[in-house]
Amino acid sequence: MAYTNISGEKMVRVDMISEDLLASMTSAEKIRMILDGVIEGKILVLERGLMPEEEAKLIEATMVEISPEFVGIEIESYPAKERRSLMDRLFGRTKSQARLTVIGSPNQLKTIKKDRGLITALISEV
Amino acid sequence: MGMWSSLRGRFSLWVGKIFGRRSVKIGIYGPPNVGKTTLANRIIRDWAGEDVGVVSDIPHETRRVKRRKDVKINVDRSSIKLDIVDTPGLATKIDFRDFLSYGLEEEEAKKRAKEAAEGVIESIRWLDDLDGVLLVMDATEDPYTQVNITVIGNMEARRLPMLIVSNKIDLPTASPVKIIEAFPQHTVVPISALKGNNMDTLYDGIYEHFR
Repeated sequence: MAYTNISGEKMVRVDMISEDLLASMTSAEKIRMILDGVIEGKILVLERGLMPEEEAKLIEATMVEISPEFVGIEIESYPAKERRSLMDRLFGRTKSQARLTVIGSPNQLKTIKKDRGLITALISEV
Repeated sequence: MGMWSSLRGRFSLWVGKIFGRRSVKIGIYGPPNVGKTTLANRIIRDWAGEDVGVVSDIPHETRRVKRRKDVKINVDRSSIKLDIVDTPGLATKIDFRDFLSYGLEEEEAKKRAKEAAEGVIESIRWLDDLDGVLLVMDATEDPYTQVNITVIGNMEARRLPMLIVSNKIDLPTASPVKIIEAFPQHTVVPISALKGNNMDTLYDGIYEHFR
């Protein structure tokens, strides 16, 4: 779906999704929302990203939809942060903390550079 | 799911150690064209005298998981028995048009793209059945790919052992240091699977991490 302003110029729609909204959704709902958004030509910015298991499920769901018309998703996030409380340290547990994630169609979102603290990407219209 | 599969894997590994008869199932993961099948072939050729799969320059050459059971690796006076699981390259996008530049006909390229997508799904599903992962990265490329981040995240969440293999160090532009700096919490072993460089260090690492 192409977005245009009142002058008829093509625009890119960016949906910035809060941590609270994501927390209220199941994994299946998040994945469906992301895939539907990318198919519609949106760029999605997730404040807290997905858990690693959800990222794997998203890739799996993306591959199910691959066709000559839908070539997949471009997804970029920072490496997960490990969060360990005192109790976690006592019991040897590690919790991964999902981080900001940007998702879009590979035809629209091109990553130029990525490192531990910076993601540089170009966004184009559909 | 992560905690259950971690507990199940650890219990199974522990039982195997007690009775000394179980192979450790190790998946070889990474993006397309980083040398996963070249590495699988190298390990299996070194210890079992055969190849597991065909390699080529065209991405997604391996589109089905291939498993070679009971590969016994000797390290010093000890040994470890592995099931080597060579997986199709993980990707978040597959465009059949990319294969056209390698000389494939359109129909063949579309078929390859479909099979490659199925291969990615199969690779991800195998994550639930492994005891550990060799994550292969191309030492000439940027290590911060989403595939690398996703595999590392999943292994950390499942609390399964993982060794990062920095492959292609025989190439002049290789920079294994970039990979070491990118993932300082993990052990990185620089190798050339093609030339066989530093394989002894990798076998030591496999024994230490997965026994």
